[in-house]
Amino acid sequence: MIQRHHAALLEVRNLRVQLESRRVTLTAVDDISFDIAAGEILGVVGESGAGKSMTGSAIIGLLEPPGRITGGQILLNGRRIDNLSADEKRRIRGREISAIFQDPLTSLDPLYSVGRQLCETIQTHLGFTSAQARRRAIELLSATGIPGADVRVDHFPHQFSGGMRQRAVIALAMAGQPKLIIADEPTSALDVSIQAQIITLLKRLCREHGTAILLITHDMGVIAEAADRVAVMYAGRLVELGPVRDVVRQPQHPYTQGLMASVPSLVGERDGLKQIDGSMPGLDAIPSGCPFHPRCGRAVAVCRQHRPGLLAAGPAAAACWLHEPKLAAAFAAPSRGAGPVA
Amino acid sequence: MSTRPEHPENSADTPVTSSSGEVSRLPRDPLVRAEAISKVFDVSAPWLNRMIERRPRQLLRAVDSVSLDIGVGETLGLVGESGCGKSTVGRLLVELEQPSEGRISFPGEAYAENRPGNTHRARGRLQMIFQNPYASLNPRWKAFDIVGEPIRVHRLIEDPGLIRKRVVALLEGVGLSAADADKYPHQFSGGQRQRVSIARALASEPTLLVCDEPTSALDVSAQAQVLNLLRRVQREHELTCLFISHDLAVVRHVSDRVGVMYLGRIVELASVRQLFASPRHPYTRMLLDAVPDLEMRGVPRTGVPGEVPDPLATPGGCAFHPRCPYANLRCRSEKPALLPLQVVGKEMVASAASVACHAVHERRIG
Repeated sequence: MIQRHHAALLEVRNLRVQLESRRVTLTAVDDISFDIAAGEILGVVGESGAGKSMTGSAIIGLLEPPGRITGGQILLNGRRIDNLSADEKRRIRGREISAIFQDPLTSLDPLYSVGRQLCETIQTHLGFTSAQARRRAIELLSATGIPGADVRVDHFPHQFSGGMRQRAVIALAMAGQPKLIIADEPTSALDVSIQAQIITLLKRLCREHGTAILLITHDMGVIAEAADRVAVMYAGRLVELGPVRDVVRQPQHPYTQGLMASVPSLVGERDGLKQIDGSMPGLDAIPSGCPFHPRCGRAVAVCRQHRPGLLAAGPAAAACWLHEPKLAAAFAAPSRGAGPVA
Repeated sequence: MSTRPEHPENSADTPVTSSSGEVSRLPRDPLVRAEAISKVFDVSAPWLNRMIERRPRQLLRAVDSVSLDIGVGETLGLVGESGCGKSTVGRLLVELEQPSEGRISFPGEAYAENRPGNTHRARGRLQMIFQNPYASLNPRWKAFDIVGEPIRVHRLIEDPGLIRKRVVALLEGVGLSAADADKYPHQFSGGQRQRVSIARALASEPTLLVCDEPTSALDVSAQAQVLNLLRRVQREHELTCLFISHDLAVVRHVSDRVGVMYLGRIVELASVRQLFASPRHPYTRMLLDAVPDLEMRGVPRTGVPGEVPDPLATPGGCAFHPRCPYANLRCRSEKPALLPLQVVGKEMVASAASVACHAVHERRIG
């Protein structure tokens, strides 16, 4: 369990990421704040275009132009890292923060053996001799569950299976002994049985090394299994943040409720998935007020005009006016909840 | 809606999926029957390389003697991990591939139409919905042209005004509007594109619809919309469906029966209720255990170690034996056949599960 009184390892304060072009400025990440404690797994969940990956890229300093941080701060161990020079950022990357991406083939160079790529990272960040680095590379590969690591270390990425490649990528991410790993859809390209193995591995590494993980995924099942806390994003904003158990079992934001209900389950009712009608707005057409209001069955006048901040909602926090006690009267009228559609 | 005539001999006792979505337990007449079909792909290196390196031809058995029936109006789900051959089975059924061995027949139809490579596909009776709605729609065509093409190709309607009316009706049937007919694919979201794919598939009034991972590229909320739509469309048009997916929860949601595939073979085939309530094959159990379920939080996944072996070097005997905790000598040497657990009469009973596992049939596991 996470001891929440620990000082935060990573603090994100009012982060805003915008994409500027000659004609328009689009806001991809809009005023989001959260923190991650050492050894914690924070899940970030949302649909494509919600701004999850942008948030991850902003933290690790790999935003692609025209994306740019235009507001807020990112602090690692109390030190600002969002305004560092490219050179300073490069020194942090791999050493303090590293990343795992969805497709392991794009993270590995096909022309070098896996061991050589590991050794390069180890020598760059830890200053080992090449013999030490090789020994460490083999240790890392066997720690990530690759059988016969002393032989596999000289193999090339194409000689690894999908699951083994992702293990090698995890070994690569761990090589610099970082404090934080940004894992962007680490299991989405894998089969379900391999997915289970990779999640177990990530959780074990997190526990053993005290590494924090920002786990970005669209899969609520992965979040429910791996994360300690979860942040739900919608149209660039944080709509709900809380302990995973509470958010999964009793979501407080109408969007999270709809999202949870639309996940097909292996148990229970089989007839007609609950669905949220419509789709997430594009960045160029984000509605005023609460961005979810056009799809929300409980929206009232205030939702259309004023944007809600994160409000306490039980053990979690939700950006929804439903949780503002002063507005209780406005929501008292019978609502037209989203029913099952067959 | 459908102008297609009923199969005379089927209409009397064809069970119709009830409004609750539960499978009727009456046996259905099969619409399509696959008898021991196999598909072998030649994945050899080019001739010169083979000569220089003295390597033999390499053959990949993607589908290995699969037999199945899909009843009229039934949805058969097919699940398995990548490379297990589930998509190839789908492509064989819609005649995008020809089987290397075995045969596929449509027992309800006249003999002349049963010749291989015959007019089923040409007449649009077999339709397929693909995984990637970005790749399966022509980016230079408007939705009207995409949905209208099968109507024009099969000359279902000749009058241009009536074609337009029919396309609009089809688009409205999948939850789009008449105005969407003049949009290009890039103007739609992923979920909307998949709706266009569904409308296109319905345009030629198919009898068999093969859905190959139709929601894998979609977000969960769009997935829920498309799954609900597919179920509704299937009921309204009395379609027979093969639904291919790697996602057990999705398959559970849309199917009447489910087949589980592993390395080209069906290892378990059972009604959806039976498969999820009491899975019998060790691989099915492993797959079900591996699914992260929102309700099962705190229960550690009993992940079976190992991965799907290289399909070019499948293990002898039961292909699953290297990963199976119940494997014994027989499993290593003898391929288990897909046998029903209890044979109830001669007819295929919807509730009878078939399993290809020595351990289950020897009652070594319950």
